[in-house]
Amino acid sequence: MSVIEAKKLELTFQTNDGPVHALADVNLEIGKGDFVSFIGPSGCGKTTFLRCIAGLETPTGGTLSVNGMTADEARRSRAYGYVFQAAGLYPWRTIAGNVRLPLEIMGYPKAEMSDRVARVLELVELSGFEKKYPWQLSGGMQQRASIARALAFDADILLMDEPFGALDEIVRDHLNEQLLSLWARTEKTIAFVTHSIPEAVYLSTKIVVMSPRPGRITDVIDSSLPKERPLDIRDSKEFLEIAHRVREGLRAGHAYDE
Amino acid sequence: MELVILAFVVWAAGTFVAVQIARSPGHDAMPARIAVPVIFGIMVLAMWELLVTGLNVSQVILPAPSVIASTFARSTSTLWGDFLQTALKGGVSGYLIGCSAAVAAALAIDRVPFLQRGLLPIGNFVAALPIVGIAPILVGWFGFDWQSKAAVVVVMVFFPMLVNTVQGLADTTAMQRDLMKTYSAGYWQSLLKLRLPAAMPFIFNGLKISTTLALIGAIVAEYFGSPTRGMGFRISTEVGRLGLDMVWAEITVAAIAGSVFYGLVALIERGVTFWHPSQRS
Repeated sequence: MSVIEAKKLELTFQTNDGPVHALADVNLEIGKGDFVSFIGPSGCGKTTFLRCIAGLETPTGGTLSVNGMTADEARRSRAYGYVFQAAGLYPWRTIAGNVRLPLEIMGYPKAEMSDRVARVLELVELSGFEKKYPWQLSGGMQQRASIARALAFDADILLMDEPFGALDEIVRDHLNEQLLSLWARTEKTIAFVTHSIPEAVYLSTKIVVMSPRPGRITDVIDSSLPKERPLDIRDSKEFLEIAHRVREGLRAGHAYDE
Repeated sequence: MELVILAFVVWAAGTFVAVQIARSPGHDAMPARIAVPVIFGIMVLAMWELLVTGLNVSQVILPAPSVIASTFARSTSTLWGDFLQTALKGGVSGYLIGCSAAVAAALAIDRVPFLQRGLLPIGNFVAALPIVGIAPILVGWFGFDWQSKAAVVVVMVFFPMLVNTVQGLADTTAMQRDLMKTYSAGYWQSLLKLRLPAAMPFIFNGLKISTTLALIGAIVAEYFGSPTRGMGFRISTEVGRLGLDMVWAEITVAAIAGSVFYGLVALIERGVTFWHPSQRS
């Protein structure tokens, strides 16, 4: 059963320099429980596509359904949690206060709020930091708190836009591992934007390779890696083969005309 | 002449002690931080006293600090009455009315973009009016008592407060707004949970600027008609009677009141915007 389905999706931005074709003829199905990565160079429309799913951008053509609704209806019914490139925690709220923010807005009962906050903070290994303010935490911890914030309410889709892009490689490896175990435990459907090939291959059940001008999908690779993935799976032959295919796809889709 | 020489001796001694403290190992400690400005203040007062007495400066040009102090001590009840009339009744009530009206107007401007084009230029226009022009008009409208002074203060604080609040409400990043949108938050929810907190540093900036404006406005407005009490009234009549010691006593009251008022707002600001990089300790 597909949770997200795009058919002939088009998006053209009208800018002062003329129209920009951000998405062209995008067709994709994401099934329940999938972990889908979008990879491609800047300007390939991967973030734009994620924002379309989130109802933050409106496509100019084609159809897009999320949980059987339009993207905007899905947004109104709070169908997904969104993790941005930066943690974007509110500095005037504590870590617990930030995680509670969506619950307050969605009107959860008070007692349930603290239960949920405690549970998701434990999930991202931030128990004990409830009373800290974001600026007292490292970048990696802030990003984990922002993931907790997206997990706090009952949305079975998690949209992540290069969440670990600004972090160093060691922290990133650690968070990737945590994300996989979190995905296994929560069984959420995850759409994940990245421009790191190893990250995409390590995390995903499905890798969507995109290319720019106009933003389009050039390859969709179903990963044959097992669900259980220790970090050193990245040295296995299978992993390298998939990574190679992603790299080929990126190269083929990229016109070297600049 | 000896007193003049003594003044320079005081200056040399004060400077010497301050430099010694600044060079000592404990120059960043709390006692040194307090001692240096205190020594400087005492030095200035002592030199003032010695020079004015030593050079026989006329009371009308500059009274000695001791004279001002004794006038102050003699007339505390008058000064207190003037302070109540001008700073509290005129200044503080005008400040509260003006600042809250400005915040309300800023919210209206924020909610209805149409008003941006209408209200901001009007605010700008009112701010450009000279106080010596508005004060007599407002005294005519609201009478001699503190109400007209409060009205002048409202006019003075409204615009700086409005501009700061409007700017503060716009001071959110696209990501912060997108986050609210992903939660499908309504206007009031994102106002209360995101935009007002984010605007607080700007709002407090306006509130701090307005403290000084409020006091100036309340004092100056009394030049254009007031009951026989008030700081501005006292200053203008005592100048006429060459009672400059009383004028200086009122100035002292104004300086203390202004500092305390500003300090209080700054203190509240520390509590509210503790999270802002400028306030983090």
